[in-house]
Amino acid sequence: MGIRFILMVNKQGQTRLAQYYEYLTLEERRALEGEIVRKCLARTEQQCSFVEHRNYKIVYRRYASLFFLVGVDNDENELAILEFIHLLVETMDRHFGNVCELDIMFHLEKAHFMLEEMVMNGCIIETNKSNILAPIQLMDKAT
Amino acid sequence: MNPFSSGTRLRDMIRAVRACKTAAEERAVIRKECAAIRAAISENDQDYRHRNLAKLMFIHMLGYPTHFGQMECLKLIAAAGFPEKRIGYLGLMLLLDERQEVLMLVTNSLKQDLNHSNQYIVGLALCALGNICSAEMARDLAPEVERLLQFRDPNIRKKAALCSIRIIKKVPDLAENFLNAAASLLKEKHHGVLITGVQLCTDLCRVSEEALEYFRKKCTESMVKLLKEVVNSPYMPEYDIAGIADPFLHIRLLRFLRVLGQGDADASDLMNDILAQVATKTESNKNAGNAILYECVETIMSIEDNSGLRVLAINILGRFLSNRDNNIRYVALNMLMKAITVDGQAVQRHRVTILECVKDNDASIRKRALELVYLLVNDTNVMPLVKELIEYLEVSDQDFKGELTAKICSIVEKFSPEKIWYIDQMLKVLSEAGNFVKAEVWHALIVVISNASDLHGYTVRSLYRAFQTSSEQESLVQVAVWCIGEYGEMLVNNVGMLNIEDPITVTESDAVDIIEIAIKRHSSDLTTQAMCLIALLKLSCRFPSCSQRIQEIIVQLKGSLLLELQQRSIEFSSIIEKHQNIRSTLVERMPVLDEATYSGKRAGSLPATGPTSNAASLNLPNGVAKPSAAPLIDLLDLSSDDVPAPSSSGGDFLQDLLGVDLSQAASLSGTSQAPKSGTDVLLDLLSIGSPPAQSSTSTADILSPGQDNTSVSTLQRISSPSSLSAQGSSPAQAAPMMDLLDGFSSSLPVAGNGLTYPSIVAFESNSLRINFDFSKTPGNPQATLIQAKFSNSSPNVYTDFIFQAAVPKFLQLHLDPASGNTLPASGNGSITQSLRVTNNQHGKKPLVMRIRIAYKVNGKDTLEEGQINNFPRDL
Repeated sequence: MGIRFILMVNKQGQTRLAQYYEYLTLEERRALEGEIVRKCLARTEQQCSFVEHRNYKIVYRRYASLFFLVGVDNDENELAILEFIHLLVETMDRHFGNVCELDIMFHLEKAHFMLEEMVMNGCIIETNKSNILAPIQLMDKAT
Repeated sequence: MNPFSSGTRLRDMIRAVRACKTAAEERAVIRKECAAIRAAISENDQDYRHRNLAKLMFIHMLGYPTHFGQMECLKLIAAAGFPEKRIGYLGLMLLLDERQEVLMLVTNSLKQDLNHSNQYIVGLALCALGNICSAEMARDLAPEVERLLQFRDPNIRKKAALCSIRIIKKVPDLAENFLNAAASLLKEKHHGVLITGVQLCTDLCRVSEEALEYFRKKCTESMVKLLKEVVNSPYMPEYDIAGIADPFLHIRLLRFLRVLGQGDADASDLMNDILAQVATKTESNKNAGNAILYECVETIMSIEDNSGLRVLAINILGRFLSNRDNNIRYVALNMLMKAITVDGQAVQRHRVTILECVKDNDASIRKRALELVYLLVNDTNVMPLVKELIEYLEVSDQDFKGELTAKICSIVEKFSPEKIWYIDQMLKVLSEAGNFVKAEVWHALIVVISNASDLHGYTVRSLYRAFQTSSEQESLVQVAVWCIGEYGEMLVNNVGMLNIEDPITVTESDAVDIIEIAIKRHSSDLTTQAMCLIALLKLSCRFPSCSQRIQEIIVQLKGSLLLELQQRSIEFSSIIEKHQNIRSTLVERMPVLDEATYSGKRAGSLPATGPTSNAASLNLPNGVAKPSAAPLIDLLDLSSDDVPAPSSSGGDFLQDLLGVDLSQAASLSGTSQAPKSGTDVLLDLLSIGSPPAQSSTSTADILSPGQDNTSVSTLQRISSPSSLSAQGSSPAQAAPMMDLLDGFSSSLPVAGNGLTYPSIVAFESNSLRINFDFSKTPGNPQATLIQAKFSNSSPNVYTDFIFQAAVPKFLQLHLDPASGNTLPASGNGSITQSLRVTNNQHGKKPLVMRIRIAYKVNGKDTLEEGQINNFPRDL
């Protein structure tokens, strides 16, 4: 319900982060990622950010070399999801400081922690950046 | 140091993977790494466990199997330290899912962690639970989660709220327990808790009816107040996005209001003000504002009717449509589709803009706009709309053409005001995108063309012109070839010119040229070539001067490797050479195909429709086991001189084929038996010496292969009568029949015409005797009236007595109802039946008849058959 998956993919099509909120086998995931990524990467700047794929929609946006793709149900508000993607990027930016693709790659678990604070089971929990980052900062201080 | 020991840090492994140039290298690296991890797991290595798990997660993300790491997750979760637990839970959520049984083992750890003193650990556990718990786990841990809904820390509360959502989805029965707690969440101040609380309530309403009622009564007003507060709230730095405070909360609240207001007038009334306020006051120059407006419009459309608000909503959508941002336009088009059901007029106003969107660069927008246009079409605007769409068809991309063509065709079919417009549009579509047009569509076109008799000339000339320009479109070629074959003489003689047409001179050889081109082209498929052959046959009759040339063309296909073409070629060339006399009757004009039955059948049978128009029934080769019998009626009951309407019983057509009209008014088996005997009779007639076919109760069986082989070839000819138009009986069939029957009658000189004819004993067996008495109607030497008398020579009573007869083609037979159907024993009574026979070859050929009698004796069915050759010569 709501969000079905969140993917971060670079321009060559390699997955940098994948979080699924519904069950798919490994082969299905790879196939899905391949299909979607091909569709999104082929689109130009002028085209709109929503792609219809099978029975759900994909909302995507490109930030520098990374594509953020969010798969949502058909009745979800697409513009809100676009906002959410932006929020996600800003949160990561605040934590890592000028986040780039390599940051996400090498600190994959932190990126996951952040995402977990924001989305649970396909629903958005928290949109307040301080609240999101508080436990992560605590944990960093502890270790 | 071995770079792949478990001492490797995650980043080093990532570096190693990135350094790989090929997929094979990457697989090798991963394999080594997995081996190291497996070794570490079996050694029960404590220190690097979390590092290994992090590596495993990365490997999993790349798409490799990692199930051996699942137990590691459990061990990590059970560890004491926070970082270990953290990684353990993360691994749990990524590597496992709710279907694995390993998950059950976690339940205990989860329970302990839910009661932990460290609230972050509680949060972790809630998170894991909320993401992947299964139904049993949900049931076990639901009480804990309920308790946590009232925890002091808002972070925990919000997570508990989302966890509850998953629980009630998995176990809807537990929904009631959460009602009160959820309602109290709505009074919070913390936005995180509010969002999740609203989400929980929305889902509760979706899951259970009584929750919906509860919330509607209790919470609608407070929700409205809350929304008002949020809308009017001052600047909140933490939640601000683009100048709007917490748009996500806005949207959630609007959605909740939508659920509450749907179907309920009172609740909707309460919301009107705030919805109006949001719709008008929200700034729409930023995406966040637009998102809120979008949600607002959706809500307005879903709740109970309020025309003022609706107008407002559609105006907003109109503004969206003309926005330059593609995203906004997409969203607007989406909403407008829903709005059409609500207020079609308002949407019509935006028709022009929508039409522009069909031509947009963006594929998603084009698709949406096309669907919207399809919904907008009505009788008044269909002509300009279709004109625009066809113009666009010429410039659209290949992948879009298919959809566009399908939509245009269905619009044209549904709304065409007059036939000539329909034909024009369809011709344009066929010329542009004929290859995308489905078979049913051009079949329907042919049905329409055949019905529009005054437009035949115009149609065939337009097709001729179209062929010159767009002959690579297969469907266009097929339609053109059919029309030229049918209406060729109109093309050449400029019959039926309409005053909008330019004059055009086409000679006979031009027409034949076209068909020759079509038949010789490599890219023509089987259907096209087959249709060309029959068109050539028709033209050989209509244009006698080209007959020789046509013969040459047909003969070239005699050696074709495709059976259908070879067969047609041979048959047609033999018709042209040897059977001049019947050729013209064979290729007479097709009868008008009945539109109503065609569209009815089409509506009833999709997608692979049973072919109804003649062109389609070309695809009725021997492999088709179940053609709808009705189309064959259209073709085959032209054997009688008048054009009967297609009769409903499928079986009659075979009798028409033979000129046998078994009008069994008798109450018994009715038509179901008649066709049965009809088919068997047919087989008997044509199965030259081979035993009659078994049990074909449905007429369709006659056309399926699997009969004995000798009848198959003759049956083939029956089943492709469609390849020859008009009279429906294949000439080839006539040929063997005549051959068959030439054998029957010995060529005796025609006897003198005594007007009285002796009665004959038509048939005699141990149990039955049939007498025929003859009389002629004065003035009609061809027609004979026969009185048949059946008598029973056995000691048993015969019941269910049915007499059937079949005659060759040059005779026509009509049976009147019998006087009864019980034949008393030992000649104590008799049944009489009168027959009328018309002999078209009166004087040249005598009557012959094959008969079959079916009756029951002592409850057992009996059948007798025979042939009557002893008719008086000059009947």
